[in-house]
Amino acid sequence: MSVESTAGGRLKAPVRIPQKFVPVLVTAALFVAMFAAGGVRYEGFATGQIVLNVFIDNAFLLVVAVGMTFVILAGGIDLSVGSVVALSTMIAATLLKDGWPSPPVIGLVLLIGTLLGTGMGAIIHYFEIQPFIVTLGGMFLARGLSYTIGTESIPIEQPTFTAFAQTRIDLFADLWISPSVLIAAVVVAVAAYVLHYTRLGRNVYAVGGGEQSALLMGLPLARTKIAVYGISGFCSALGGVLMSFYMLSGYGMHAVGMELDAIAAVVIGGTLLTGGSGYLLGTVLGVLVLGLIQTVISFEGTLSPWWTRIVIGLLLFVFILLQRLITARRR
Amino acid sequence: MSALLRHRLVWPAAVLAGLLLVNVIFTDGFLSVQIRDGHLYGSLIDILRFGAPLILVALGMTLVIATGGIDLSVGSVVAISGALACLQISGLGDQGSVGGVLAAVAVALALSLALGVWNGLLVSAIGIQPIIATLILMVAGRGLAQLITDGQIITVNSAPYKLIGGGYWLTLPFGIIIVAAVLTLTAFLTRRLALGLLIEAVGGNAEASRLAGIRSRGVLIMVYTFAGLCAGIAGLMISSNVSSADGNNAGLWIELDAILAVVIGGTSLSGGRFSLAGTVLGALIIQTLTTTIYSIGVPPETTLLFKALVVTIVCLLQSQAFRAKVFRRRAAPPAGRPAAEEKKVGVPA
Repeated sequence: MSVESTAGGRLKAPVRIPQKFVPVLVTAALFVAMFAAGGVRYEGFATGQIVLNVFIDNAFLLVVAVGMTFVILAGGIDLSVGSVVALSTMIAATLLKDGWPSPPVIGLVLLIGTLLGTGMGAIIHYFEIQPFIVTLGGMFLARGLSYTIGTESIPIEQPTFTAFAQTRIDLFADLWISPSVLIAAVVVAVAAYVLHYTRLGRNVYAVGGGEQSALLMGLPLARTKIAVYGISGFCSALGGVLMSFYMLSGYGMHAVGMELDAIAAVVIGGTLLTGGSGYLLGTVLGVLVLGLIQTVISFEGTLSPWWTRIVIGLLLFVFILLQRLITARRR
Repeated sequence: MSALLRHRLVWPAAVLAGLLLVNVIFTDGFLSVQIRDGHLYGSLIDILRFGAPLILVALGMTLVIATGGIDLSVGSVVAISGALACLQISGLGDQGSVGGVLAAVAVALALSLALGVWNGLLVSAIGIQPIIATLILMVAGRGLAQLITDGQIITVNSAPYKLIGGGYWLTLPFGIIIVAAVLTLTAFLTRRLALGLLIEAVGGNAEASRLAGIRSRGVLIMVYTFAGLCAGIAGLMISSNVSSADGNNAGLWIELDAILAVVIGGTSLSGGRFSLAGTVLGALIIQTLTTTIYSIGVPPETTLLFKALVVTIVCLLQSQAFRAKVFRRRAAPPAGRPAAEEKKVGVPA
């Protein structure tokens, strides 16, 4: 991209931002601007705890969006995430009610999510069916399974889960987070490492950039494509576990439409929907922006909650336009 | 015989016939259609009546998919159109006045058209991927519908409005007549005039069709507008049938059912070819599936499971790669090493 040609650039120091960082930086600027505007407008808004609360209330969305980032970077889409979250809460709640201890429950839930994702990935790759339709089938399947388990909301009273729900981890000053935030942070860190520093991560970008080229380069197309859906399935299941910590219940109607929120977070975070370009940090910022919109609307008080959806739609529009401009300029 | 078997409507028709057969076995008098109070009654009529909105939305979706696009926003448009019409009618002094209802319907349909044009412009003029372009309206549209209804469920008590989705005309449910009219018009426009050819050309290769002198932008805007209009009419039907508008739940998931109907009907999602008859069959299959599940006593919450099964089977049958791998000699067995890979997958995340 931009190459600093002059050695004596110390005086002028031309700060050129590589174009690939622009979308992420715009999202970051948007977040800061919203936070500042909120701080000016509402009393008690501009505190660190507000940001942490966004994390606390959206830890599950963050984890799901991380999985979605992998899929979208590889040029696919996963519509099943919301249903897998619901299915996971349902399985967890049912098994816990039957007296299972929590570690095998969590393990089983994660395994089921991963298997579902891997299965969808395999169908997408080997039978060459569009990801949209396959994951739509997965969405029906997971939602249908959770309704089949039960149509009522099942409360969770298991001590480990309630402990996860109620523990406060104190940071410096008066700030605190929930254990779920910690888990989400670990997921983000591991995912960022995988995506940016491992072979699998580079393969994901390559496959998203051009499947044919990746194949011709000798990259393992099948493994990569199936892996991203497996990762997304795993993340959705983990998101489901975090959601059952948060809600302390299993319910087939949990997380309806969460796939849209996750896709929106990824897009607002600057990841190209055609695949091959984007950063995990952007997704984190995208989730933060979505969460902050809800916070602002609840602070405003007079605005009805459905403004959230309208604002998210508008933001999507703006960011997609921005993406178009950037890709058009690159050509 | 073999030519008949190879016809692309054979499989959907066979599935529909199978579903109907199940119903005939489990329900007494399933096929009987009676005339009561001058109206047609019967299970078959009910399937048509309740399936009418889905058929309409799926018709619009067919043309969009034929251009290689997709319209996710139809569910939101259904909600918006119903909400706007009900809001206007509830504000009328006399809810039974035909003029007032017609005006409300016109405004709702005009807004649906405008929303369709918006989608079309995003896809054609700005060049955004259709999934994403229509995702914007899908997300924002629900909010918009809630805004129109102020988060409430608006109920109306208007005889002329009730006619659209719940009334009868010439012994037939009015919804079926609307569907028949739209279907006939669409079939005429696309199959008797060159329009269908143009749509298929754009779907086959937008750039090539532009070079061949087709105004692909205009065609794109037109199909999204048509999809918006169809969704708008469907929204009127749904809200009129229950005499109320629910911004949150009206038309929920109808976009997915519509896409499913189109795919079951044999229209490829990659565009370039479409079958209106197939779409109608597909929509009827979905509606019959729902009816069947209720009538044979399977708990309704498993509907989604059956749908998942049908989607998977139909898509697998239509996938050339699948047929090549399964039905012909297994020349190259799938090169995967599933067991080993799956473990590896879970670790990185």
